[in-house]
Amino acid sequence: MASFTLRNLFSRLRNPRPLHRCGVYRSAREDRLSSKQTLTWCRWSHETTSIPHEKQNSHFHNSKVPQTPTWEPVSEDHLPPPTQVPLDLVDKLERLALVDFRNQDAVACLEKAIRFADQLHVVNTEGVEPMDSVLEDRALYLRDDCVVEGGCAEELLQLSKNTVEEYFVAPPGNIPLPQRDERTAMLKDSELKLKF
Amino acid sequence: MLGFTIREISLAFREGRISPSELCRKCLNHIKETRHLNAYITVTEELALKQAEESEGRFLRGAPKGPLDGIPFAVKDNFCTENIETTCASRMLKGYRPPFNATVVQKLLDQGAVLLGKTNLDEFAMGAGSTDSAFGPVRNPWSYSDTYRDQSRAEPDSDWVITGGSSGGSAAAVASLSSFLALGSDTGGSTRNPAALCGIVGLKPTYGLLSRHGLIPLVNSMDVPGILTRSVHDAATVLGVLQGLDVKDSTTIYHPAPHNDLPDDIDIRKVCIGIPKEYHAPGLSRETVSQWSHVADLFERAGATVREVSLPHTQYSIVCYHVLCTAEVASNMARFDGLEYGHRSAVSSSTEALYATTRHEGFNDVVRGRILSGNYFLLKRNYQHYFVKAQQVRRLIADDFAQVFGSGVDVLLTPTTLSDATRYSDFIQEDNHTRSMQEDVFTQPVNIAGLPAVSVPAALSQRGLPISLQLIGRALQDRKLLTVAKWLEQQLAFPQIQLGGLEARGGGRSLGVSQREQTSVA
Repeated sequence: MASFTLRNLFSRLRNPRPLHRCGVYRSAREDRLSSKQTLTWCRWSHETTSIPHEKQNSHFHNSKVPQTPTWEPVSEDHLPPPTQVPLDLVDKLERLALVDFRNQDAVACLEKAIRFADQLHVVNTEGVEPMDSVLEDRALYLRDDCVVEGGCAEELLQLSKNTVEEYFVAPPGNIPLPQRDERTAMLKDSELKLKF
Repeated sequence: MLGFTIREISLAFREGRISPSELCRKCLNHIKETRHLNAYITVTEELALKQAEESEGRFLRGAPKGPLDGIPFAVKDNFCTENIETTCASRMLKGYRPPFNATVVQKLLDQGAVLLGKTNLDEFAMGAGSTDSAFGPVRNPWSYSDTYRDQSRAEPDSDWVITGGSSGGSAAAVASLSSFLALGSDTGGSTRNPAALCGIVGLKPTYGLLSRHGLIPLVNSMDVPGILTRSVHDAATVLGVLQGLDVKDSTTIYHPAPHNDLPDDIDIRKVCIGIPKEYHAPGLSRETVSQWSHVADLFERAGATVREVSLPHTQYSIVCYHVLCTAEVASNMARFDGLEYGHRSAVSSSTEALYATTRHEGFNDVVRGRILSGNYFLLKRNYQHYFVKAQQVRRLIADDFAQVFGSGVDVLLTPTTLSDATRYSDFIQEDNHTRSMQEDVFTQPVNIAGLPAVSVPAALSQRGLPISLQLIGRALQDRKLLTVAKWLEQQLAFPQIQLGGLEARGGGRSLGVSQREQTSVA
């Protein structure tokens, strides 16, 4: 997940370039403070706001607009232990979602997404009603429950790649997806056929 | 005339200075000249010429339909267009020709507007760069502008900058002057972000004001059609045409459309502008802070009340958005199975195998990644812990806004993006998830709360690229928001793009660009 080492992080700090690296990483300063403390979601840029004030003379300054960042990314200290996604869960998710992870990077990506979501737990939501929709406070339009359109079966069937008479054709059902190895082979094979 | 606003071109039609057919041909030519921007996936040349001819007939008879008659427009390729390929920039929908028009598209056609084509985007609108499309990335027209070329030593084809996203094709079409209006969609900032980086106006209306019927859904509880134009006045005109109850979308709300244009002479003294302090996030560029301050000054000097306010949960908004977005994506993307429409794999050993291979072949890594994350957050064991928790945080974010607006603030002033546009070569160093989490930091809270917001270009950076600011209004106060935005636009006089770099590339010619609509009262 942390895709660069301390050494190249140091070199970046010495020679900042307009890179927009992000992710969960450990800053050099923090490494001295605490080996556990890690910043989440910061952005390296050659013109972030940390430059001295005297250099901003040619720039505008309004007292209502904060001149430095008003918050810091949540530190690792405040987050629960990182979640590992075991192989059986990978398999379960692939069967549920009917998409595949393709490789280990994709699993790492899910772990990163979970880590990111873990920041929610810093927020106290005790007694807060979940919000489904921003229109919750108004009555929405409901039309009468009767058919107003129709007779377009032909039009819709034309969009399908495989139909017989008025039916969409599906291959045999009630057959579970093959086991993981066989599944991977099947997907690779289909990809190859698609290319040629 | 390609640099005109809708208001100006409409007047030119009425005065007979140009005809809709003539203008349509100019636009189609210009699309060809700017093809390397990759803004369009489909160009509907024949249809456009036919519609322009019909419009011309109405002008000749002295009976044009309204302010949009004969106006060329482009539509993001995730809105359904009748019998015109609608791909969502995905292999999954290549060749899909919907049998109906999205309501917003139909409304523009009913007004006599001329459809030029369908614009490029991040696959299924998932991204913040317009770099993750099955049809290749979109290039920001400002990469070829005189202002950017003057300070860049590299060749345009090696140091071009991104448009932002996901409605990057729509933004590039309007910014490069090939279209006067484009529809985008906005779930977490997908209209405002590319509008900001391409130096045009990008409006995200109040949730429910515009119909989503025919907009292929990403996050149903946050999606809205977005409007991209070259002036705030134009955006307000288009909003007036598009808004309203739609029997085909039960989440639309009735709100009467105004009968008159936005005023030209605006008194800003009674307006209270809030500066949410949490919108100075880590990573905000120095130049953007400077423009933010400058504009706050403008309001203050003109007699508006400007005060610092707090939206304490801002920091967690992007996290909340991330969970709700992936969860709804997981559910929405379930419809793409290869059976009824779209791509279908050749594998036929079982229905499940057909589903899995179709979706493997059809979706890119970003889409698959979000589907998997969403399925994880929706697992029975995680549902309360992540999904319901995010819904609770959603209420806290919406309440933050309600409190600030309840305290007398009319409009909030914030940056739209952290900085000006990033070079493509730098942008692709990072993965889509990370980039989206950075780029949407100032835009998605508005979607979470369902509020209207508009991005207005403020100035050019030292790199010669647009820096934009965002104004956020109260729910259903879109018109008031746009009135304040128009006042701001009048003060700023943002420069018109000069595409000298395009000529140097050999594809362009002099555009004969006129002066931008000058309504400045300063």
